[in-house]
Amino acid sequence: MNKKLVIIGAGSGGLCAAISAYKHGTHDILLIEQDQETGGILNQCIHNGFGLHTFQEELTGPAFAQRLKDEIAQLPIDIWLDTCVTNITKEKMVICQNKNGIHHIQAQAIIITAGCYERSQGAIALTGHRPKGIYTAGQAQKYLNQDGYLVGKNVFILGSGDIGLIMARRMSLEGAKVYGVAEIMPYSNGLKRNIVQCLDDFDIPLYLSHTISNIFGKDKLEAIEISPVDENRQIIPNQAKRFNVDTLLLSVGLIPENSLIYQLGLPLDTKTKGPIVDEFLQLLPGIFAAGNGLHVHDLVDHVASEARQAGINASLYLENKLSNKPMIQIIPGENVSYCVPQFFHQDSSGFKLSLRVKLPMPKAKLQFFDDNKLLKEQVMMNLFPAEMVTYQISADVLASISTKLTIKAVMINE
Amino acid sequence: MNKQFICICCPKGCIIDVTYDHDKIENIQGNSCKRGASYVQDELFSPTRMLTSTVKINNAMHKMLSVQTDKPIPKDMIFPIMKQLRHICVEAPININDIIIANILDTGVNIIATRSMEKITK
Ligand SMILES: Cc1cc2nc3c(=O)[nH]c(=O)nc-3n(C[C@H](O)[C@H](O)[C@H](O)COP(=O)(O)OP(=O)(O)OC[C@H]3O[C@@H](n4cnc5c(N)ncnc54)[C@H](O)[C@@H]3O)c2cc1C
Ligand code: SF4
Repeated sequence: MNKKLVIIGAGSGGLCAAISAYKHGTHDILLIEQDQETGGILNQCIHNGFGLHTFQEELTGPAFAQRLKDEIAQLPIDIWLDTCVTNITKEKMVICQNKNGIHHIQAQAIIITAGCYERSQGAIALTGHRPKGIYTAGQAQKYLNQDGYLVGKNVFILGSGDIGLIMARRMSLEGAKVYGVAEIMPYSNGLKRNIVQCLDDFDIPLYLSHTISNIFGKDKLEAIEISPVDENRQIIPNQAKRFNVDTLLLSVGLIPENSLIYQLGLPLDTKTKGPIVDEFLQLLPGIFAAGNGLHVHDLVDHVASEARQAGINASLYLENKLSNKPMIQIIPGENVSYCVPQFFHQDSSGFKLSLRVKLPMPKAKLQFFDDNKLLKEQVMMNLFPAEMVTYQISADVLASISTKLTIKAVMINE
Repeated sequence: MNKQFICICCPKGCIIDVTYDHDKIENIQGNSCKRGASYVQDELFSPTRMLTSTVKINNAMHKMLSVQTDKPIPKDMIFPIMKQLRHICVEAPININDIIIANILDTGVNIIATRSMEKITK
């Protein structure tokens, strides 16, 4: 079977990419989703706070997804549900599997919008036994919000990312007692509104600079201990606090679903753990990535706009309109943990850059260097590691770069 | 009296310091815009929240249907409303924005569906 464009994963990213590619003239599209419905992670995020930028109103995750589902239903786009993509090749062959068997689809372009997965207990160095009662926050969210199953009654949460905060409130509402949230960093990784509405509202304490130092219980979780950490994140001994809980939720980070990219034999960005792309979001000519499958986003609005851009770029690629001039590397400098894209073409007419800073900065200068030569600076307010920053780089800045583009964030103290 | 708030009306999250007396704000500092002032006014004297939760649903893809209040509710109504929702069970099909419970506990607020779910015959 042949298809002009195959899109892998039908979360908000895949849906937006498909709709946008269709609107930009690519009509022969196949959207593949392993789940029984489209919408991705949004279906389980029943809280509100989605879509302020996209729809100028505050929607719940399912309602945001519903808008996209209703929009795509108006277009003649093929969607295969319950179908898992198992392999893709550099020649753009997509191999997928569903109850009708294994299918080989030769695509002319591919967009990967496969989302992300949660780091789990294996990925972090939790000491002690591995009793029942330890879940990732997202697993607990799916059980509760789709199946109506509350994983425990007495809960502690490790990690102050948004999913953990949201679950602290959600489980409290359902009658569980949440004893606290421990965060190893001296600041929270969640949005401020979630600290206020999810923790303060329910008198749930946030233990900053704390981590789990012990886990008790052989078959079933019986208790945990948390301890403060020093500035090197080492546990300070003899200050442990014990909580008798039956459930520990882990909200310790998300990682792009990069198994397909791995199979392509391409290197991953060591910081984002996602693919390395150019300004068109291409990892190889004609293979694009967007959304949490490229780098982890905190706002669905950013996923949506990035994926729409990928849809446009894929259509341009199919019309042979993307540059193939030599590329220049983008390097994250001082206080910048990563930049996406990692490369751009010499003749680029400008693009949207996404980055994260390494530490909270109420006021900072974003600086753009050609090697050591400062080309431009931009004052920005309220930069936080938990909140992705986007910045439109213009063609004139790019045109003056001859070696590498280095981006730094310098704190302004007032 | 003094109190500190983090405004949650936008991602900026201004830290706002207020001095207030019974039912009146006397001094307010730190908000970058008017929304911050009205947020603090409401938080001090009549805090409200949007509530999102789930109710049981029969003959649908999932066992639970996501719902929300169609307006913010007084904060102290959160748990009474949650208790009501626990007893509700609806039948698919449901359309987004369908009213699941009208005027819940006489608050003047409706509980509405936040997604559509088709009827499935198993
Ligand atoms: C728990 C949580 C809470 C959040 N809260 C907010 C919030 O309050 N406000 C906000 O704006 N944003 C929030 N976000 C962020 C934002 O909503 C998500 O990042 C965004 O919806 C992700 O979209 P996506 O399409 O990249 O990924 P996903 O929605 O994860 O979609 C990826 C899809 O790809 C499918 N897939 C993966 N691999 C394959 C394969 N091999 N074959 C076939 N299909 C595959 C998956 O099944 C999935 O459906 C939250 C995110 C999470 C995880
Ligand atoms: S005061 Fe205004 S700018 Fe500051 S957080 Fe509130 S809404 Fe945003």
